[in-house]
Amino acid sequence: MSATGIGAPVRRIEDYRFLTGRGTYTDDLNQPNQAHAYILRSPHPHARIKGIKTAKAAKAKGVIAVLTGADVVKDDLGGLPCGWQVTDRHGKPMVEPPHPILVSDIARHVGDQVAVVIAETHQQARDAAELIEVDYQVLPSATSTAAAAKKGAALVWDQAPNNLCYDWILGDEQAANAAFAKAKHVAKVDIVNNRLIPNAMEPRAAVGVYDAAKDHYTLHTTSQNPHVIRLLMAAYVLKLPEHKVRVNAPDVGGAFGSKIFHYAEEAIVTWAAKKVRRPVRWTAERSESFMSDAHGRDHVTHAELAIDANGKFLAMKVYTIANMGAYLSTFAPCVPTYLYALLLAGTYTTPTIFCEVKAVFTNTVPVDAYRGAGRPEATYVVERIVDEAAKVTGIDAAEIRRRNFIPRDAFPYQTPVVVQYDSGDYQSTLDMALKQSDYAGFEKRRAESAKKGKLRGIGLSTYIEACGIAPSAVVGSVGARAGLYESALIRVHPTGSVTVLTGSHSHGQGHETTFAQLVSERMGVELKNIEVVHGDTDKIPFGMGTYGSRSLAVGGSAMVKAMDKIIAKGKKIAAHLLEAAEADIEFKDGTFSVAGTDKKKALAEIAGAAYVPHNYPINELEPGLEEQAFYDPSNFTFPGGCHVAEIEIDRDTGVVQLVNFVAVDDVGRVINPMIVEGQVHGGVAQGLGQALLEGCVYDADGQLITGSYMDYTMPRADHLPTLKVSTHNTLCTHNPLGVKGVGEVGAIGSPAAIMNAVHNALAPLGVREIQMPATPERVWRAIHGARRAAE
Amino acid sequence: MYAFNYHRAKTVADALKLYKKADDPKFLAGGHTLIPTLKQRLARPSDLIDISGIATLKGVKVSKTAVTIGALTPHVEVATSSAVKKAIPALAGLAEEIGDPQVRHRGTMGGSVANSDPAADYPAAVLGLGATIETNARKIEADKFFKGVFETALKDGEILTKISFPVPEKAGYMRFDQPASRFALVGVFVAKFKGGVRVAVTGAGPCAFRVPAMEKALSAKFAPEALEGITVPADDLNSDIHGSAEYRAHLITVMAKRAVAAAK
Repeated sequence: MSATGIGAPVRRIEDYRFLTGRGTYTDDLNQPNQAHAYILRSPHPHARIKGIKTAKAAKAKGVIAVLTGADVVKDDLGGLPCGWQVTDRHGKPMVEPPHPILVSDIARHVGDQVAVVIAETHQQARDAAELIEVDYQVLPSATSTAAAAKKGAALVWDQAPNNLCYDWILGDEQAANAAFAKAKHVAKVDIVNNRLIPNAMEPRAAVGVYDAAKDHYTLHTTSQNPHVIRLLMAAYVLKLPEHKVRVNAPDVGGAFGSKIFHYAEEAIVTWAAKKVRRPVRWTAERSESFMSDAHGRDHVTHAELAIDANGKFLAMKVYTIANMGAYLSTFAPCVPTYLYALLLAGTYTTPTIFCEVKAVFTNTVPVDAYRGAGRPEATYVVERIVDEAAKVTGIDAAEIRRRNFIPRDAFPYQTPVVVQYDSGDYQSTLDMALKQSDYAGFEKRRAESAKKGKLRGIGLSTYIEACGIAPSAVVGSVGARAGLYESALIRVHPTGSVTVLTGSHSHGQGHETTFAQLVSERMGVELKNIEVVHGDTDKIPFGMGTYGSRSLAVGGSAMVKAMDKIIAKGKKIAAHLLEAAEADIEFKDGTFSVAGTDKKKALAEIAGAAYVPHNYPINELEPGLEEQAFYDPSNFTFPGGCHVAEIEIDRDTGVVQLVNFVAVDDVGRVINPMIVEGQVHGGVAQGLGQALLEGCVYDADGQLITGSYMDYTMPRADHLPTLKVSTHNTLCTHNPLGVKGVGEVGAIGSPAAIMNAVHNALAPLGVREIQMPATPERVWRAIHGARRAAE
Repeated sequence: MYAFNYHRAKTVADALKLYKKADDPKFLAGGHTLIPTLKQRLARPSDLIDISGIATLKGVKVSKTAVTIGALTPHVEVATSSAVKKAIPALAGLAEEIGDPQVRHRGTMGGSVANSDPAADYPAAVLGLGATIETNARKIEADKFFKGVFETALKDGEILTKISFPVPEKAGYMRFDQPASRFALVGVFVAKFKGGVRVAVTGAGPCAFRVPAMEKALSAKFAPEALEGITVPADDLNSDIHGSAEYRAHLITVMAKRAVAAAK
């Protein structure tokens, strides 16, 4: 390992500009002669728009234009497309309603876009928006996930009876039932996976620019995948050829999935820029973020696990209702199906699994991928029911896991739910985590807490996830409308410095450092001579972007492929310059040498020869030293591991405090351990948020109650103890780096560990199920209710 | 926010004069409620009269019997004043727990008390200590000051100038945070004087209120166990996603006991 290569804890290169306030975000990209857009949003969850009067607003001071759904229809714009089609249990495609960028007939959630005002200043646009008179006929609304498909629920879409988007199954229910008939024990859980609001630090923003001279559009936007946005917006919404559209995602201040999707505002500013012949900018106010960024999770699930007399799992049945919100966001349909049910085997050998997912429309903000996307929901089901299994069988929670783990010598392991795990070592990560958390000494600590009048609990989560998405052919066969490869272009400059152009966007992950380390290691170039470029479709090759913990596994592998091409070409050039056979040329630490001799050429010399080809095998080789590669993975990667949470509960108030947290994760080869640790820290903080604090609440009238930080509880530093994070890595067997991915593991594994700890603490009082977030009042009621029942 | 006329008053008289001349004026002190309200377009005053520069409304004076605090004194000054810490440590401690450092450096005691936000901390201390509120026109007893949600005895155009807190033998304040905002879901201030104990609650009701049953019990015996079994009826308490009226009622007793235990 070199000081800057693979495995080195290099400080993040990008942090200098971030920490000194020198980042360049979308909102920083002021344009000459720019105008400001303000989006008028529906205050109602469900309302027919009987008329919109815009004349007063159009005449208001500073107003340049007022656009409504009627203009969208007139200009024949398309709706926001959905990138995934799920086919239901009867072979029928999902119900896929239109998703207009401005609604013209019916608004379907609080925050739905009704009109846009473009004015000289933001203030003027907002003032004018108040002058727009919308004649709303308020309609009955449906917001509850559990009740949306029930009789009597208001219909969100006429074409979706019972609000059903799809009724999807995986596995054989009959086979599962047969296994249940032979079970000695059955564990059951009824759980809610709470709806979360993403809350990236930087709100979404978009700047549209139209160049009339070239008839060319530029969209600067807060995106995780600029090429995907360009494709969706150009081909489906604005109906433009892609060479006429540049999408640039500069520095992006956090995303967590919420900036994968193509949003209406991106298309609006781009469309409007041409209409008003001025650059048009929009930045969400925080309250707009709450009501327009795609939300995450929101499942209601009943699950059962059949167990034999020895504590071995025989079969599992899972019945889930998943909330899609009012429209299908870009990846929404795949999250509760292919990113969920395929993970229900967990780390266990359960031979038979059946899963049914009913996806429902509601009058709420669309729900889509949020850090973990489907996998935290699956982990929560599996790890909660395994704890319940421990309870019904009387076997210790760690022991029952051990009895059911896929053994370390059983890989590759074919699960009953489609996917094949390539590598893992669940026993070791469990053992390490138990040791580091002093699991054996817990009862002593519980007794000490009891002396202070506090309840103490410990919980495990031996989770798995699938990332490094994804093999294009596999996802294509199950409904993906895009490939999920990644691109890389490695450009060696004439003096030997290197520019890496990647389709993987960085918005907090530290790619500019990790990718540079990868190149430094492989090509023997110093970090200071490497630049990583991402985010601009005019610079980078077509790439699929960053989500699903895929950047290193897929984007990094594309870089390896491109570097291999560079090295292969470099060997040919070196062979010519050194007058040796190509087969005798070796490349190591940035130097090409003739095996067994002291004849050598540095990479910079080879690059110089390639760009100034005076002495060059010009008949066999093109000049230049620049190579591009696309990498399409052959399988998902499967990070996993063990999280152990220990909590204390104040009996009088119900406050849960996380007092100890241990994570031992298997993330494959680690490029930068400091960044890995940081990613786990952030993920665990979000997992704690889901378990104890965060929960989106709509009231019975469809209003968003948690519409600001006054009511939506975010995790804060004082919620967290010092996290003990380490890795025990097995290598991915099918990508050239052996990497698996780390971006989401913290958020996937931790909620179940924390909630198992809460249940463990409350079990002696007879509390069976408490839902996330385990807020003080909820916990107090559980304690109080249990006490009352006992009296 | 909507446009408004901005004035900076140099003296109280100056402020009153500006107030009389304007259509729909508002006084601006630290602005920690008013500015967010304006930003959300929930208020549309014609004129803002910034009184934050009036030097005579600032400062802390401590005597043997009373702590007197100018209305425009920021929380940080109350929190860090060694004289306040010595005289009424619970008051300094309360100030230290308000909001975050930015809030404590801008927000003022007078602004908080005059606003009577149901979840603000200072009203509990004002009522719990039986303070006297002084305005440009008169003195108002704490018991007659808080009237309801964002409602006080202050008349239109009246400026709160200072608050005088009697020094108790002992006092304690305990707050249970609303998890998201960290305002008080329930805050209880207890103060023990020679003549008896006062207990004031914030966060739980429409405005700060006293709990006579607890005062009686604590006057007989100033100890947490004296409060065993004494609860405030949930009927008139606030209820929201963070705490039902029933939970708030329960927390009042819990926080009151802890405030007594912490009193010094």
